Amino acid sequence: MSRVTRFAGRDPGPAARVTGFIAHLRSNGLRLGVAEAETALAAITEIAAISPDESRRALRAVCTGCKEEAVRFDALFDSYWMDAGRVKQKVIKNKSSTISEDVHSSRDAKGQDSSGAGSANAPDDTGGDAESDGTGKLISSEIRNLSRKDLRDMVRPHEIATAELVARRIGAALRDKRSRRRRTARKGDRLHFRKIIRHSLATGGEPIRLLRKHRPDRTRKIVALCDVSGSMTVYAQVFLAFLAGLMRADTHADAYLFHTRLVRITEALRDKDTMRAIGRMSLMADGFGGGSKIGPSLARFADTYAKRFVDGRSVVLILSDGYDTAPPEALANALAKLKKRGCKVIWLNPLKGWDGYAPIAAGMAAALPRLDLFAAANTLGDLAALEAELTKL
Amino acid sequence: MSYNALQSDLAKQGYVASDDLAVALHLALSLERPLLLEGAAGVGKTDVARTLSVVRDTRLIRLQCYEGLDAAQAIYEWNYQRQLLTIRAAAEDGETGKAVEQRIFSREFLLERPLLAAITQDTPPVLLIDEIDRADEEFEAYLLEILSDYQVSIPELGTITAKSKPIVILTSNGTRDLSDALRRRCLYTYVDYPSRETELAILKARRPDIEAQLAAQIIGFVQKLREETLEKTPGIAEMLDFAAALMGLGIADLTDDPTILQSTLTTLLKTQSDQAQITPEVAGRIAGRAA
Repeated sequence: MSRVTRFAGRDPGPAARVTGFIAHLRSNGLRLGVAEAETALAAITEIAAISPDESRRALRAVCTGCKEEAVRFDALFDSYWMDAGRVKQKVIKNKSSTISEDVHSSRDAKGQDSSGAGSANAPDDTGGDAESDGTGKLISSEIRNLSRKDLRDMVRPHEIATAELVARRIGAALRDKRSRRRRTARKGDRLHFRKIIRHSLATGGEPIRLLRKHRPDRTRKIVALCDVSGSMTVYAQVFLAFLAGLMRADTHADAYLFHTRLVRITEALRDKDTMRAIGRMSLMADGFGGGSKIGPSLARFADTYAKRFVDGRSVVLILSDGYDTAPPEALANALAKLKKRGCKVIWLNPLKGWDGYAPIAAGMAAALPRLDLFAAANTLGDLAALEAELTKL
Repeated sequence: MSYNALQSDLAKQGYVASDDLAVALHLALSLERPLLLEGAAGVGKTDVARTLSVVRDTRLIRLQCYEGLDAAQAIYEWNYQRQLLTIRAAAEDGETGKAVEQRIFSREFLLERPLLAAITQDTPPVLLIDEIDRADEEFEAYLLEILSDYQVSIPELGTITAKSKPIVILTSNGTRDLSDALRRRCLYTYVDYPSRETELAILKARRPDIEAQLAAQIIGFVQKLREETLEKTPGIAEMLDFAAALMGLGIADLTDDPTILQSTLTTLLKTQSDQAQITPEVAGRIAGRAA
C-alpha cells in the first residue's frame, strides 16, 4: 500500500483531503483514529478554513496529544498541504533535544520507540583487539568496547525462570504504604460509612455492625538500571537473568543497561520468546563489557526517561560495582536529581559481598549518602534474600 | 464568533492569549470538547480558565488534583450523618424500610463535589481540572466517563446526565505521563513561555502604569534569565511579582543599583541553588545585555 504523503489534487472534496491528511499523520506515527478525523472535519468548519495559519492551529489542537507531536506537526502539515503537488524528499526536522522536560510519552520526537536506538558497530579498524573478556580486573576503563557479545551465550532459560520467581517476590516485598484511597477491610482504621448506612437499614437505623476500611498497600514500580561495563562482566549473567525475569514478572517494571551509554531495553525484554528477547537485548547492548560512565549515564537517565517513568511510587534499582571513569560529582548530582522525583534508590553492588570491602571507589563513596539501601548481590540467591530488607523501605 | 473575538475578549480581562491557544479555546467552545493545556509551571494555564469564566460570565468550578484524590472528594459523597438521623426518625414514625431507603438515597442526601456540581448547573460553567498529572491513573479513569459523555453514574441513584455541558479545561505540568485514552478525548495545546512581545503585552495589561523603558528592561531581563539553566525557570507570575517589586521600590532603571536588583531577584528565583547561581555579577551582566 502506498503511503499518503501529500495533498492529492484529484481528491473530490475537503472531506477526502482531510481524511488523507489524517492518514498521512497516522503513517508518520501519530495515533489517530476515525473519531479524530471526524473532529478535524468539524473543527475546520468552525474556523476560517481558507486561512492556512488558522487551519494549521485548529488541526494541531485536534490531532496532536503531546509536545513532541505538536513540534513535529508543522513539518507534517507543510509536507501534506503546502508542497503544491511537488514530490519532495520528506524531511522532518528534529529538535536537538529529543525529549522535553514537560511532556512525557514513550516515544521520542521522531515518533519512534526510544528503546530501539542501538546499532551494530564494526570492530575498530586500528587493528587492535578491542575485545575484553571479563578477567575480573576491577579497573574502570574509558574505552568503548566495540565488539559485540551475544548475551544468549550468557543467560540460560532456566535461570530466567528462577529469576522470575525472585523478581516476583521482590515486587511483592516492595509495597507503598501511602495511599489515600481506602478499601473495605475487616480491620480498618476508619469507618466505612457508605456500607454502615446500607446495613443499618435492616436494623432500623441502628448501626450494629461497624464496617471499616483501610489504606491498601500499593505496588511500587521497579526501574532497574544494570551496569554492563567490563568490570561487571562476571556478574552480568546473574543480573541480566534478573532483568529478564523482572520484565516477565512485573508488567510495570522498566529496565535499562548502561556502560558508556544508556539503553532502554524494556520493550526488547517484553518479547514473548525468552531467548529472542535476550537476543534483541544483545543487539542493543552494543559496547557491552567496555568502559563505564555511571555518572553521565545516570544523569542522562534522570534528565530523560526518569521524567516520564519515575515517580513517588518508583523504586530505582541500580546494579553496578561503582567503578566510574567520570568524576564522582557527576554521579552525586545525577542521584540528587533522581531523588527529587520522590523515588527510592537502591544500589546493589556485587563487590559488597567480598570480605573487607569498603566503598572506597570515589563514585561509590559519593553515591552512598543518597541511597536508601546499599546492599550486596552476586547471585540470584542474594537477590532473593533482599526481600526482608526491602519490606522495611 | 471567530477566535479573534475571543482573543480580544480575553485581552480585555488582562489575559494575552497566543494565537495557538485562542484557536484551541475557540474550538473547545464550539465543538464542546475538553481542552488539555500542558506546559511548565507559571505560563498561565490556570489563568486561562479563570479569565474564560469571567469573559463568559459563568461560574468557575475548580478541582485541584493530588495523589490519592478519590471519587468521594471529586464527584460526590452521601451525607451519612443526615442519612443516619433520617433512618432513626423514620423508625420512630414507623415508616417502612423500603420507603426510607428510597428517601435516603435521593438527590437530597447527595453532597455534590466539583465534577458532579459542574454537570448539574443550569448555565454551562467552566470546569478547571488543575494539575491532572498529580492525580493517579485510577482517577483518570473516573474522568473518562465524565469527559466523554458528561454523565456520572451513582449506583444507588442511577446515571445523572449533564443539564448543560461544562467548558472543561485540564492542565498538566507533565510530572507524569497521561494516558492515551484521556489525551484522545481532549483537544491539546502546549503552552510555552511567552515571546518577548506577548510578555510585554501581558505586563502592560496587568500593570498599565509601568514606564515603557522599565517594562522593556524587565521583560528583557526575564527572557534572558530563562535561557540560563535554572532548576525552576521563572514564569509569568514571577515576572509580574518582579515588576511589582521594582515599581514598589521606585526603580526606574534595572542597571542603576545592583544591590536592589539582587534583592528583588527573590521574586524570580525560588530555589537556593538558583539564587546561588545568579550572583550579583551574573545578574548585572544579564541586566546589561537586556538593556
